[in-house]
Amino acid sequence: MIRMQPSVENTQTIADSDAVAVERTLAGDRDAFRVLVERHSHNVFRLAYRMTRNRPDAEEVVQEAFLRAYQKLGKFEARANFGTWVYRIAANYAIDRMRQRKKDEARKVEPAVREEGIENDPVALVHDAAPTPERLAHNVELRKQMEIALAALSYSERTAFVMRHLEGCAIEEIATVLKSSSGAAKNTVFRAVQKLRLALQPFVGRGTQARAMGTES
Amino acid sequence: MKHMTEEQLIAYKEGVAAQRAMIAQHLAACEECRAELERIEAVLAALDTLSVPNPGDDYGRHVWQQIAPRLPERPARWWQEWFEPRRLGALGAIAALLIIAFIAGRITKRDHLGNEVATKEQIRERVLVVAVGDHLSKSEMFLVELSNAQPNPSSERLVNISAEQRRAEDLLEENRLYRQTALQEGDQVMASTLDELERFLLDVANSPDEITPAQLEKIRQKIEARGILFKVRVVGKELQERQKVTTPAPAQNDSTKTERNKA
Repeated sequence: MIRMQPSVENTQTIADSDAVAVERTLAGDRDAFRVLVERHSHNVFRLAYRMTRNRPDAEEVVQEAFLRAYQKLGKFEARANFGTWVYRIAANYAIDRMRQRKKDEARKVEPAVREEGIENDPVALVHDAAPTPERLAHNVELRKQMEIALAALSYSERTAFVMRHLEGCAIEEIATVLKSSSGAAKNTVFRAVQKLRLALQPFVGRGTQARAMGTES
Repeated sequence: MKHMTEEQLIAYKEGVAAQRAMIAQHLAACEECRAELERIEAVLAALDTLSVPNPGDDYGRHVWQQIAPRLPERPARWWQEWFEPRRLGALGAIAALLIIAFIAGRITKRDHLGNEVATKEQIRERVLVVAVGDHLSKSEMFLVELSNAQPNPSSERLVNISAEQRRAEDLLEENRLYRQTALQEGDQVMASTLDELERFLLDVANSPDEITPAQLEKIRQKIEARGILFKVRVVGKELQERQKVTTPAPAQNDSTKTERNKA
């Protein structure tokens, strides 16, 4: 899992310190909110980027998430975790943002390839072998297919997949963002992985086909 | 040996499987399922490698500089949220419920004079029956319109469904409220119908703004396959019946009133 997992003590210290900052903000100390913004911006950006797949949208999601968090701070429950709360607000806004965005094929496929470049392409690190022109071409193609496959998911599927698989969120947390039951959220994660697999298996498995599942042998 | 389904293996990999121990035991013994799990893992591992750009060490400061001028002096109190434009619809619905409750109360008073006492529960029941009935008839209309959409599956032209998404979102807000109430009241049939309707509305609300005719066709098929429209109609009809039972006949009341006035 890529999500950073701080130690239990560290998490508790951050949560306590967040609670103090929230209290001070509610008491009228606007600068106390700055602490929260600076502490949680990176995590929120990572989630927003993974959901929107482009930097300008991700940055807008981050700003809007903190603005909304500030506006709704009166509703924040003292026992809750501010990091999780703002994370949820960001996920909700990212869904809204994706909805607003008109379909633009060029945006979906091209920017990430241009932005990172072949030299920094992490896909190239998957297979530990010499970067032959053929391998580089394959990796660029795989990367392109992954962007297409992610863009083809519905917003709830992409949200569920990013939150569960890439960010390691609990199913209950995903259900809250999707405003659904835990069972439905679990089902959405499954549907997302199934669709991604269908789209990417030929590129990842190099021609190997999935077997018909649930069969007997 | 019966193999694991794809769903079970994905749930196992994602750590959300209900029978984790049983699947692990099967995997230990079944080479074919292990190979299938590895294929799933290979796809997921490739997706893990999609990088996220580093926004920079001072990104937090940058975000603060961007939002600080837009922050109000103090965070809003919880009740102020109710006056946001997007909440006004819900406020309208609550106001309508209160009016219905008031009218129901007036009817009860008349009943009381006629030696018929309506309990608080009956009033509550009437209010719910009217409000949920109204919600279901709006939902039915929405489902009928979607069912009657005539996309040409061979066409590649995208269909804009943003208006339908907005309607689905509006219905969703009300639907959640009524589903929770039905659950609290122990009305399992109503709760289950509303739950199914909610899942469908969520699917529509979370679809992209523009979809292909084939995707629209899938939405239509979903309505038919799940029998949502049928269930909504049945529950709606039942509510109409309940409404007739719980609401006293106006003609009788009017005549009683006239008799009273004459006297």
